[in-house]
Amino acid sequence: MTPSRLQLEHIVKSFPGVLAVQDVSLEAYPGEILALAGENGAGKSTLMNILSGSFPADSGKIWLDGVEVNITSPRRAQELGIAMIHQELALIPQMTVAQNIFLGREPRLAAGLLVDTKKMVIQAQALIDQLGLDFPVTALISDLSIAQRQMVEIAKAISFQSRVIILDEPTSALSERESDILFALMRSLREQGVTLIYISHRMEEIFNLSDRVAVMRDGQLVGVTPTKDLTIQTVVQMMVGRELKDFFPKKQAEIGDVILDARELRSGKRVRDVSFSLRRGEIVGLAGLVGSGRTEVARILFGADPLDHGEIKLAGRIVHLHSPEEAIRLGIGLVTEDRKAQGLFLGQSVRSNASVLLFEKLAQLGFILYSKVDAWMRGAVTQLTIRTPNLEQKVRNLSGGNQQKVIIARWLAVNPQVLILDEPTRGIDVASKAEIHTLMSELAAKGMAILMISSELPEILGVSDRILVMREGRLMAEFSRAEASQDRIMQAATGQLAAG
Amino acid sequence: MTTRAAQPRPEGVNWSVLLQRFGLALVYAALAVGLSLLSDRFLTVSNQVNIFRQATINGIVAVGMTLVILTAGIDLSVGSILALSAVITADLLKQGLPVPLGILLALGIGALMGMVNGLMITRGNIPPFIATLGMLTVGRGLTLMYTQGKPFTGLPDAFRFIGTASLGPVPMPIVVAVIVFVLAAIVLNRTRFGEYVYLIGDNPVAARLAGVNTRQMIVLVYMISGVCAALAGLILIARLDSAQPVIGAGYEFNAIAAVVVGGTSFSGGEGGLLGTLLGTILIETLNNGLNLLNVSPLWEQVVKGVVIALALLFYKAINPTRK
Repeated sequence: MTPSRLQLEHIVKSFPGVLAVQDVSLEAYPGEILALAGENGAGKSTLMNILSGSFPADSGKIWLDGVEVNITSPRRAQELGIAMIHQELALIPQMTVAQNIFLGREPRLAAGLLVDTKKMVIQAQALIDQLGLDFPVTALISDLSIAQRQMVEIAKAISFQSRVIILDEPTSALSERESDILFALMRSLREQGVTLIYISHRMEEIFNLSDRVAVMRDGQLVGVTPTKDLTIQTVVQMMVGRELKDFFPKKQAEIGDVILDARELRSGKRVRDVSFSLRRGEIVGLAGLVGSGRTEVARILFGADPLDHGEIKLAGRIVHLHSPEEAIRLGIGLVTEDRKAQGLFLGQSVRSNASVLLFEKLAQLGFILYSKVDAWMRGAVTQLTIRTPNLEQKVRNLSGGNQQKVIIARWLAVNPQVLILDEPTRGIDVASKAEIHTLMSELAAKGMAILMISSELPEILGVSDRILVMREGRLMAEFSRAEASQDRIMQAATGQLAAG
Repeated sequence: MTTRAAQPRPEGVNWSVLLQRFGLALVYAALAVGLSLLSDRFLTVSNQVNIFRQATINGIVAVGMTLVILTAGIDLSVGSILALSAVITADLLKQGLPVPLGILLALGIGALMGMVNGLMITRGNIPPFIATLGMLTVGRGLTLMYTQGKPFTGLPDAFRFIGTASLGPVPMPIVVAVIVFVLAAIVLNRTRFGEYVYLIGDNPVAARLAGVNTRQMIVLVYMISGVCAALAGLILIARLDSAQPVIGAGYEFNAIAAVVVGGTSFSGGEGGLLGTLLGTILIETLNNGLNLLNVSPLWEQVVKGVVIALALLFYKAINPTRK
């Protein structure tokens, strides 16, 4: 048996009020991809943050290639050859690829003060070539796609001769094609003997990619099993500790009249002549690669971005939306793609986060009727099974799934006619995901029209009554639930199919 | 083991939360005990009333500043707003403007200057620091021009009551300051506007996407700050019976100090008026103590600076995630 690359022994970590990692022991070998699965809040990220030096463990030991190591800081982890690629990328947008790769250790000219830019570019290019990537190292990070930025992070990790590379949900912001490129890169690193630890919620990817799967639940390691001995169902059961009958529970709602009609929407280069309609009771999936203009369409319908040309009819009447405020008043809601940056007030209470839209209604002379707000809140917490110790809890301390439920609760409070959800289950545990899908079905059954943007095709296929596909700002295809398939959607999204 | 990860552990006291909540009160108590041991004049009623009366001017300015900083902004122009509104009002009162109109005029000037600040920030997209720095200079320049460098003295008695009268044993400035604090606390904690102030400070993008009229709210916040500064100016000139052209210079520093020592975070969305109240009293008590102990006034600046730095280090230490 190969000696292990990495060995964790009895790792324990607690935060105020939460035992995040409870006595976890785990091994990883050279040249393997170890998937780390678990619901949000299961302790995966905490464990990996300990490994990459973000914070110390309370107790436990770590061995790297047979040597016990004390990882005191991210810098120390880097020196030891442990790199973590976070969900929130840590590159500097205003600098070039080469500058980012060599940040803080740029090759110097003889004098020692000035950066040897030429040498830096050559070295960076060599690295990029070695990884088989195809963007110039002189490009600014801000000009690269999210996928390319991740590649830069990986290149940076390689430049440190990393022995262990941890990827925390690398594909959550990637389209399928971009993911494939990333996976090819991961496989080639595996061949070169690198240990990859891969955190993901996406079962298909875990099964495609990994050699073994480690599952965590409630801070504990439930088990580590060779991937070939597992099925998706068993992994999900290990994660949630119970059987999940249906990934995407879909109830058929009665589909009513057209509530929203968008004609020839145009905005800059991102949205070009997009026309579609939504009916009451209908869930419409909006698919397409990242950057295809899906989010921009959502923002236009919500009044967050201006419209250059086109018209929006709501219940038969033309509306001009100049601000989210107006859209909300007219009964349009948007659950944004980026929860933390655009949705949540991280430092504020669960109450404030969930009831921000209610303040308009439940107030007299500007004074908020907190008893009514709280009465509603208690109902919402129960209905959505939001796990929070109390309403004063800062939303920052909730898990991703619960944070998303708080945002959805916010919109339920005002019961919009049209609800747009942009990547509603990205980075969310399986159980919360199913709950959110169920809720969407229930809302549709009550007559709400739902537009759901998603990069996960199984989700699109599982939830939608009708599917729209965008590519490069244009609407490329429309499928009914029966007609749609992963292949057909991908063909339309990648331009291998004429508009249908 | 079936403990859920999200459940709080029952045992153990959360010291950092306790410290955060009562730390300032403890520091104040320690300071008060120390000073009363060092000087037998410290704990007299007249000295304590004196401290509070001194604290009223800065306290009122700091109320507005608290709102501004909660939105992740800053208002450097409070001293100049105070000055311009004070000299114009003093001049017109001397020329026979009725007192109620004079008070309204001063508050109106404060509101107007605050509104200009707010509009520069929200419509001109100028960072609050720069916008209000501009207003600081413009306001002071206008004040000097208006006064021609000379003070207005000898204000009508009917006006001076807000600085010199007493309600029972309590001096009028303290009464006004208490009313301002209570009103502001109610607005901040019970109203929609108050909620929005915190939400905007926490995440302005999310606030806009949640339908909050962020521009309007921010303009309103700077207007309130301007009104507070103008009100403080009225009390000040009523007490001094004089409006000097350099009145209020450097007051932005004292107000910011009170807010920051009071635990309101510069990154917005965190803190409140109770902290500001304690911060104001703490700073004034410190001033008073240094005075009683015959420490040179030159040291006051140094001590104040050190206290602010210590306060920030303290908050950082008990809450490392804080920006």
